Amino acid sequence: MAERTSPGPAAGGRAAWEPAVLDRRPRSVTAYPRLAWAWTRALAQYPVSLAMLTFAQACTTAVELLAVVIVFGHAGRLGGFTLDEAMLFYGLTGTAFSTAHLLIGTVDRLGEHIRRGSLDTVLIRPVSPLVQIATEEFSPRRLGRTVPSAAALGYALSVLDIAWTPERVLMVPLLIGCGALICGSLWVTAASVQFLLTDARELVSSVTNGGWALTEYPLAIYGRDVVRAVTYLVPLAFVSWQPALYILDRPDPLGMPDWLRYASPAVAAAAVAVAALVWRTGLRHYRSTGS
Amino acid sequence: MTARTPASGGAPIIDADGIGRTFTRSEGPLFRRRRRTVTAVRDVSFQVTAGEIVGYLGPNGAGKSTTMKMLTGILSPSAGRLRVTGLEPSRQRTRLAARMGVVFGQRTTLWWDLPLRDSLALTRHMYRVPARDHARRLAELTELLELGPFLATPVRQLSLGQRMRGDLTAALLHDPALLVLDEPTIGLDVVSKSTIREFLLRLNAERGTTILLTTHDLGDVERLCRRVIVIDHGSLAFDGDLAALRDGAPSPRTLVVDLAAPSEPIEVPGARTVRVRGTRQWLELDGNPAAVIADVSHHYAIADLTLNEPDIEDVVARLYRREGAARELSAG
Ligand SMILES: Nc1ncnc2c1ncn2[C@@H]1O[C@H](COP(=O)(O)OP(=O)(O)OP(=O)(O)O)[C@@H](O)[C@H]1O
Ligand SMILES: [Mg+2]
Repeated sequence: MAERTSPGPAAGGRAAWEPAVLDRRPRSVTAYPRLAWAWTRALAQYPVSLAMLTFAQACTTAVELLAVVIVFGHAGRLGGFTLDEAMLFYGLTGTAFSTAHLLIGTVDRLGEHIRRGSLDTVLIRPVSPLVQIATEEFSPRRLGRTVPSAAALGYALSVLDIAWTPERVLMVPLLIGCGALICGSLWVTAASVQFLLTDARELVSSVTNGGWALTEYPLAIYGRDVVRAVTYLVPLAFVSWQPALYILDRPDPLGMPDWLRYASPAVAAAAVAVAALVWRTGLRHYRSTGS
Repeated sequence: MTARTPASGGAPIIDADGIGRTFTRSEGPLFRRRRRTVTAVRDVSFQVTAGEIVGYLGPNGAGKSTTMKMLTGILSPSAGRLRVTGLEPSRQRTRLAARMGVVFGQRTTLWWDLPLRDSLALTRHMYRVPARDHARRLAELTELLELGPFLATPVRQLSLGQRMRGDLTAALLHDPALLVLDEPTIGLDVVSKSTIREFLLRLNAERGTTILLTTHDLGDVERLCRRVIVIDHGSLAFDGDLAALRDGAPSPRTLVVDLAAPSEPIEVPGARTVRVRGTRQWLELDGNPAAVIADVSHHYAIADLTLNEPDIEDVVARLYRREGAARELSAG
């Protein structure tokens, strides 16, 4: 072991305990890909289970897709939308939610970490706890749901009769990105409940999976009150409903204002702010365990 | 109580000024819950200078772990001012984390399902240690802590002693200036304990790493710590040299006498018989041992004699008891 330069203030007025290289402010943006990659490599040793899980997730998605096809194939039109249009809703929701699931899905383990006391060990490392938990066991298997959803979206966008103005070309990726941000914020906000109720994991997944299932269909079929709630309270309407109305250039069948479809970025920013606030408040009130 | 002044020149690496922490607990049946406030740590002040090894002792529930959690930034103090390596732990937790290593003996920081080597590699990414430095330090620590045989074993399958050495490695790979250990030898056998103790001594001597550790193993204290801090029921009870702790809470020496034949309890000046079992009797000495031994051998037929020095365990137990008694007095 080489000797550390004398304890106390070192040359240049820097105390010896200040590491020269390591003490840059940890940047979670770069921490995320590094940790995700490290996990992927670590888990790549179990290729069989990886393949199985990817397959299982792809099957889940396929079954859902089949349900959409059956519902619409049977009714022909539903809520004034055709099957191809329904694929657009399905694809938008699936892409947004599965991206959020891919990137931060594991935050719903927060309660488990709190109960087992392992959040303490997360907190002693120089990386944001959100990034640490989100990258935990990161592996490409989580792509199992993203790929089919993106395929459905691609299919819908290509077969539907869409007026591809330059504005639309720019807006579509933006709306998808905002949708993913809204889903991610919902996930983090719901997971933060576990700072208070550590065994509320089921509650979290019912909120996120519920939101996912709800927005796979055109919201018009649920009636006005539901649409109001998911526009103004929990902004799930901005995941697929409003973006699809914009892409299809349809007036709002429920008579809600048309400018709403342009509000996605503002809504996404607000959702992220709320999630960050709730998460930080939870973390500040974290009280560890007794032993 | 000895106040410890920091060595000239350096600011203290840990500076706690009147820190306290309370927890509120809800108790009783649902709907008729009462909130009760528990004070885990109360008005504790101490400083640690870079390069020291300090033992942080106290009975169960004294508030040791709570203090460690405040030092690492896991819990924010509800009172007082705290600086660790010049940073405020709860607000600058992530920056502080890069400067300090932490081991909780009771739980691992490693990933259960990953082989030790992969767990350590992940740690490297967290602390952003350059690959070359990581490889060099890992090689060093592997040799010192004899990790070689189980680097490829999933953490789940490691024995407690192996896991603890793995955890120590994880805490040290980024070469922190301060190492905080909460019961690092809990549940270990004699050999593992001694490996870890010798390793810590070497780390302190050769790299100047400051070490603060809690333990219930007074062997750790005697081997490692010149200075100890004792807390009891959340309050500071003692802070100073281990030797001063011994003197401050004098514990009588005991004379064990084996008589030739069973007899009534021995009565000599300067000693008190505390226990009799067959021909063996235990005497607590107040006075000069030589005089007592002379008296005893003059009046009784003796087969054997042993003089026992008080051990640190005894000293600490007495200190805890004394604190308890003092509190009862002041409360009553
Ligand atoms: N998260 C918590 N919530 C409520 N009370 C707590 C919590 N953590 C600690 N306490 C209480 O604070 C007091 C001090 O606990 P602490 O864990 O610091 O003791 P300790 O000195 O580490 O004890 P031990 O030697 O048993 O590990 C105890 O009364 C404990 O019940
Ligand atoms: Mg403890």
